[in-house]
Amino acid sequence: MTEPETIAALKRRFPDLTVSEFRGQTRVVAPPESIHDVLTELKEHLGFDLLIDVTCVDYLNYRGAKDRFGLVYVLTGTETNRRIIVRTFVNDPEPTVPTAVDLWEGANWLEREVWDLFGIRFAGHPDLRRIVLPEPFAAHPLRKDYPLQGRGERHNFPVITRAES
Amino acid sequence: MPLTAAMPTADLAHDEPRPYLWTMNFGPQHPATHTTIRLVLKLDGERVVDAMPDIGYLHSGFEKLGEHLDYNQYVTVTDRMNYVSPMANNVAWHLAVEKLLGIEVPPRCRYLRVIVCELSRITDHLLCLGAMGLDTGAFTHFIYAFNPREWICDVFEALCGARFTNSYTRVGGLMYDATPKAVAMIRDFLGRIPKPLADMDRLLGRNRIFRDRTEGVGVLTREEAIRRSCSGPVARASGVTRDLRRDDPYLGYEDFDFDVCCATAGDCFARYMVRMAEMRESIKIIRQAVENLPAGPVNVGDDARVILPKKEAVFRTIEGLITHFELVMGNRGFEVPCEEVYCATEAPNGELGFYVVGDGTSRAYRARCRPPSFIHLALFPHLIRGHMLSDVVAVLGSLNVIAAELDR
Repeated sequence: MTEPETIAALKRRFPDLTVSEFRGQTRVVAPPESIHDVLTELKEHLGFDLLIDVTCVDYLNYRGAKDRFGLVYVLTGTETNRRIIVRTFVNDPEPTVPTAVDLWEGANWLEREVWDLFGIRFAGHPDLRRIVLPEPFAAHPLRKDYPLQGRGERHNFPVITRAES
Repeated sequence: MPLTAAMPTADLAHDEPRPYLWTMNFGPQHPATHTTIRLVLKLDGERVVDAMPDIGYLHSGFEKLGEHLDYNQYVTVTDRMNYVSPMANNVAWHLAVEKLLGIEVPPRCRYLRVIVCELSRITDHLLCLGAMGLDTGAFTHFIYAFNPREWICDVFEALCGARFTNSYTRVGGLMYDATPKAVAMIRDFLGRIPKPLADMDRLLGRNRIFRDRTEGVGVLTREEAIRRSCSGPVARASGVTRDLRRDDPYLGYEDFDFDVCCATAGDCFARYMVRMAEMRESIKIIRQAVENLPAGPVNVGDDARVILPKKEAVFRTIEGLITHFELVMGNRGFEVPCEEVYCATEAPNGELGFYVVGDGTSRAYRARCRPPSFIHLALFPHLIRGHMLSDVVAVLGSLNVIAAELDR
């Protein structure tokens, strides 16, 4: 199946997809309700069996952006070696998308990272905890409204002296 | 912020109560974790029932920094991600940026980047295999592996002046062109490297103790490797014949004749053998690249408006000064499209990709790094379940987890 056939097959099943291309990369934008079905279809029938990356972009100050968060799934096929980028947009409050862990176990930590740094919930994730930041951390620091120098987390961190330890 | 004991027990809690199980804390300062990773192991005697990696000790906010440094400045931060093979990270970052900007680098730059990428693949594999030997009790092997790494550091020093954190690439080219002396050093290195590799092979390849500790340990099947997003040597040792240098060629890798090294066993020993074989393929690639190194410029021309002028030009000519000023000032800089690209390279550890979002300014709006170590450490509980405590270091060593890349 070639690239246009894949897109055509996907468009038949999901008519409300937006397809774009930039520098030879095909990008598909799906609404958050159907993102799980799109990923399932790509994995099961269109040969994109390897999940490369799950990440997020916060479009808070981005020129012309209508939605706050853009979630990015990078898929590739181990047989065809073609890539496709699937994106979906979610908004405050409580940005939530269905998890992809049931399709790829590899999404587990990637989604935990997105939750940790962006605060996007993945409904149905088996173990949605913070991964790189400590559990009591209050913010999601890769959001654009979080300053580079932090909000005093380090400043307020209690210093344990040798006598107390 | 209160400092509470964030004991990560959620994975372990839903088991039925088995009071005879021990919980052991492995790391974060254990020598066999190489860097700071903490593993909470649940043990039944010496058998590992479950493992729970706890990461984040080296989280330094590299992706946040990427949104505040410009496209050339951020290369110094990519050095610190996988500090074992910083050149591979430099090349991966600038390939992504050049893809976003639509720049095609000249052939000489491509070949030099291939050479440094493959040299860093050798350094990375040497460290991984040496440390894997060290962890499984073969200290001599570690020393044999570290000696040639020193030669590669010398080559890097001759190329760019830095041995460890190289920051060698620039948008649209390289910091310096390779001097004839550096090329001669690479040739000399190619003559010298086969002997230590043969020595390493003879030391461990048929070593009874090493093979007993690695064969059949940490087995990853092909299906699981795909389901868990593996790439690089870890996936190839499980029979996934995927190598971006062949399947999605970048930097003109299609010009070179090399084999993709795979195994089917999927255990720690297969990963060892794949890495060993890949170093020999890297030597083949470097030899071809050095022999066919094209002449010509190493940077793209002035029309692309990305290359900083030489310092002599900046200090002595008005044109150089203005060009420098135009490129460096925050409100001028490069012409970046409001677009996003994903660009991946075959780094020593696996697929190292950057997802770069440009917003028209000279800084990335988002600089996401897809770190292979992060994906591979997520495998660890799956690989170690049911094995002995002493296999923990063998499995961890065969995955080659670099914590700075893992946490970023």
